[in-house]
Amino acid sequence: MSLQDINFTKEELARYDRHIIIPEFGLESQKKLKAAKVLVIGSGGLGSPVLLYLAAAGVGTIGIVDFDVVDDSNLQRQVLFGINEIGKPKVEAAKRRLESLNPHVKLNLYNVHLNSQNALDIIKDYDVVADGTDNFPTRYLVNDASVLLNKPNVYASIFQFEGQVSVFNYINEKGERGPNYRDLYPTPPPPGLVPSCAEGGVLGVLPGIIGSLQALEVIKVITGVGETLSGRFFIFDALNFETRTFNIKPREDNPINGKNPTIKELIDYEQFCGMRAVEEKPVKEITVKELYQWQVEGKKFQLIDVREPHEYEIVNIGAELIPLATVLNNADRIDKDIDVVVHCKGGVRSAKAIRELEEKFGYKNLYNLKGGILAYIDQVQPELTKY
Amino acid sequence: MATIIIPTPLRKFTNNTAKLEVKAGNIGDTIHQLTTNFPDLKKHLLDDKGQVRSFVNIFIGNDDIRNLQQEKTIVKEDTVISIIPAIAGGI
Repeated sequence: MSLQDINFTKEELARYDRHIIIPEFGLESQKKLKAAKVLVIGSGGLGSPVLLYLAAAGVGTIGIVDFDVVDDSNLQRQVLFGINEIGKPKVEAAKRRLESLNPHVKLNLYNVHLNSQNALDIIKDYDVVADGTDNFPTRYLVNDASVLLNKPNVYASIFQFEGQVSVFNYINEKGERGPNYRDLYPTPPPPGLVPSCAEGGVLGVLPGIIGSLQALEVIKVITGVGETLSGRFFIFDALNFETRTFNIKPREDNPINGKNPTIKELIDYEQFCGMRAVEEKPVKEITVKELYQWQVEGKKFQLIDVREPHEYEIVNIGAELIPLATVLNNADRIDKDIDVVVHCKGGVRSAKAIRELEEKFGYKNLYNLKGGILAYIDQVQPELTKY
Repeated sequence: MATIIIPTPLRKFTNNTAKLEVKAGNIGDTIHQLTTNFPDLKKHLLDDKGQVRSFVNIFIGNDDIRNLQQEKTIVKEDTVISIIPAIAGGI
């Protein structure tokens, strides 16, 4: 649709007045916003402020991709949702909130897990992508799909007290293409080395700050007002209140759009990020029901908890605490002669601890508690605190 | 002394210190000093061949060492070095 065909009702003009009266922004930028189609991937911590500000700003069409439902542990930072939405699909809860904020915005909902099969089909109809997902496979998937479809990808990422923002694959008025995620980070860390927010936590206000910056960059990409973060990489450290902006450049060896590209279509991103390799090395498992049985029978075994001390303080099931990072140095505390059950919050860190112990010391008696302490609370002791 | 800024996820390996002072030289020497003083950092910064891992970026001032002279990039007395690993959180 050309900008000449974009018109505003009296109500819309009143609503967007504070934009229109900025000389550098004006009615033309507002028309560009109304004509624009933005796909927001993830409607959580980052997606909440991105969606609220883009809808409020008058972006004409917004797509929302999220397969998750609202959980009470989301509300500390996902300001799109309230207690009435707990248990409901996030895309539907988001739609209700955004429609009440701005009825002039068209919303497209995708209650799906974005993957290599559906990504191109979903992204192709949009002008700009805003990536607020929470894992490396999806980060690389969104990057590659955006590059293959020539879409700018406004990127933001958060962890604990730190945030990152950039604009990837932005084609400027001279037709020059800016760097993408693979120029910044050619390959992902191996699974388990970099914790996720679910494991490592995030200060609730941080996605509010970083997501707002992401929304700002989306608006700049659409309107052409100001200078985007293309070719630059912004870092915010909330603990020290320090910001840094680094220069980044396209790499010749970028496998998707360097000199000799090897990726010409979407690949298996779980495999690329090493997720499959982990599955190839299974550890022995025990279910929470079996553990409970052992406890009831009075069987002789050792129970180890590899979470952090602050997690142990919130809730524990009487296990011996040996945090994952210290497991190898404390192997003398782990029995070799009787069965040993190792647990963490959900089962990922404990599996890692078992692999490390088996590899280094040849343990053969270690069992991973499937689903971790969360499953134990759900199925055995629901009166305990979940976090 | 040059300054290295340690990112949040790696501070648990540097006794929760956010900023460290290191001797000037080149960035390869700097990383060596750092991993000698804090051995647990090593596997997070370097691969088995001793190369900086590809999901960790090292910036001198505002520039990526990959766009300068890699590990041979000169570190001066007033240089600020930032280590920025990939993070993927968003929800």
